[in-house]
Amino acid sequence: MATAPALETTTPPTVTRPLPARPGKGVLGHWRLYAAISPFYLLFLAFGLIPVGFSLYLSFHRWDGLGPMEFAGLSQYRYLLTDSQFWSSIGNTLVIWALATFPMIFLSMVTAVLLNSAVRFKNVYRFAYFLPNVTSIVAVAIIFGSVFSTNFGLVNALLQAVGLDQVAWLNTPWGIKVAVATLMTWQWTGYNAIIFLAGLQTIPGELYEASRMDGAGPVQTFFRITLPLMRPVLLFVLVISTVTGLQTFSEPQVLLQTTDNNSSFAGGPGHSGQTMVLYFFQQTFDNNDFGYGAAVAWGIFLVVIIFSIINWRLVQRRGED
Amino acid sequence: MASLKGSRRRGIGLHLVLIAGLLLSVLPFYWAVIMSTHSSTEIFSYPPKLLPGSHFLENARHLFDNVDFFGSMFNSLLVACSVTVLVLFFDSLAAFVFAKFDFPGRRVLFALMMAIFMVPAQLQAIPQFVIMAKLGWIGSMTALIVPAAANAFGIFWMRQYMRSAIHDELIDASKLDGAGFLRQYWHVALPVVRPGLAFLGIFTFMGQWNDYAWPLIALTNPDNVTLQVALSQLNGVHGTTDYGMVMTGALLALVPLLIVFAIGARQIIADLGKGAIR
Repeated sequence: MATAPALETTTPPTVTRPLPARPGKGVLGHWRLYAAISPFYLLFLAFGLIPVGFSLYLSFHRWDGLGPMEFAGLSQYRYLLTDSQFWSSIGNTLVIWALATFPMIFLSMVTAVLLNSAVRFKNVYRFAYFLPNVTSIVAVAIIFGSVFSTNFGLVNALLQAVGLDQVAWLNTPWGIKVAVATLMTWQWTGYNAIIFLAGLQTIPGELYEASRMDGAGPVQTFFRITLPLMRPVLLFVLVISTVTGLQTFSEPQVLLQTTDNNSSFAGGPGHSGQTMVLYFFQQTFDNNDFGYGAAVAWGIFLVVIIFSIINWRLVQRRGED
Repeated sequence: MASLKGSRRRGIGLHLVLIAGLLLSVLPFYWAVIMSTHSSTEIFSYPPKLLPGSHFLENARHLFDNVDFFGSMFNSLLVACSVTVLVLFFDSLAAFVFAKFDFPGRRVLFALMMAIFMVPAQLQAIPQFVIMAKLGWIGSMTALIVPAAANAFGIFWMRQYMRSAIHDELIDASKLDGAGFLRQYWHVALPVVRPGLAFLGIFTFMGQWNDYAWPLIALTNPDNVTLQVALSQLNGVHGTTDYGMVMTGALLALVPLLIVFAIGARQIIADLGKGAIR
């Protein structure tokens, strides 16, 4: 992080001046600057920092949101460790993430390479490919709900047309996960293709020319030149998709909310589409178990941290060689 | 250019694949159009209809009868527009300070702000809900607007933008002319960073328009919700009975978004790439 130059400078920018440059102008002298940045910090304090502290406090208590709080010590965390529904929600989240992310990265990489070599209509393609990402998940999940519908869905109509059996997509454990993952893949492939394309355009053309001179085919060129140089961008996409994928909520919530009368956060038959965040919502806002909900939230935070560390290690090791 | 013919043939193949991808991107929207223009009996028929029908207005009438569509659309517009204006002002103001001034605690405050990126929303959800309830904001749009009025991403984005776009000489010159801090911000900094503001504004508007999880729990009165929550209610209650109506709602809810995206697409797509490579 480089230091921004101070404003009131009379010396040329090349000369480094000692900071602080203005004696006698302490904290009070800069009150305008503090006032200008204060809205963010006030909002952060009220709706960020205090809530995080409160949720830690809450996770050691039993509370239904209305009555008195009751100290519970570590018992809720102890229960969390043995809570099979929590563990299966972790499993669901990871399976859906993997089913969505690997096809998505493959498809967006292919799309980016093709786009990079296409000369005409590049902007038309980019616009159309980006469209899925800007649309609301609610509207899109409703649409995909009908695409994967058992009786009149587009997917089953296609299966029937080629002589295969219908699949009850939104009623079977794997069908649910495939449907949710398909939605996510559809939504993010174009977005990541744009990111990859920006990365591809930073690779100097001479490198490609040189490899062509050496007689390398397009596949060889891709694995020898494109992929190694794209590693940083690839890891950026992987990191972002992991952090967002682990917090998947809206897609399965909208897609599966009608399947259980007691909770709109149940995640389909047998909770097989219930992600970690859906489970958090169910415990907190459907069961009014605010204390346990807070413990679940910290559990999710831990899982996210563990995967962030794995990602970070991945980036570090790549950076070394 | 010995292989001109071969490269042209390859070019056609390339575009065929790209067009296939384009069709896959657009297909769900087309499917929504199909369903929103057919009656329920037509939707349930086999083989499925592949061309638009003539029941759109009828479906729209059912939609408006079943849900306060324009009321919830107004709520969504109110929230998205208010948040966008507030974010543009507060974020760019703070970004200007972080980009161009030095003051005690600057590094610590900036690092603190960046650390907030790491905190997942679930940790804040319950206490936020409790705080909003104490303030009496649950059920009103205030609960959506106020916490979103400034954010770390926007400040970081605008700071990066301002550091390269606003030259120190420009500010020095305005200082010599006797401009105070606010004049420097308003008359010198803002006009230079308009493209950055446009990106942030469009991004913020779309994010707010599409937000779902927080409005779902903060807006407890089913008669006074944002469009996304209204849509999901529609899906939950009538989903299996009247798909034509639900699809019509889903499509109409996309219209304001598509307009904003069409206006800012070039900016968004270019800046997103820049952000990833930086």
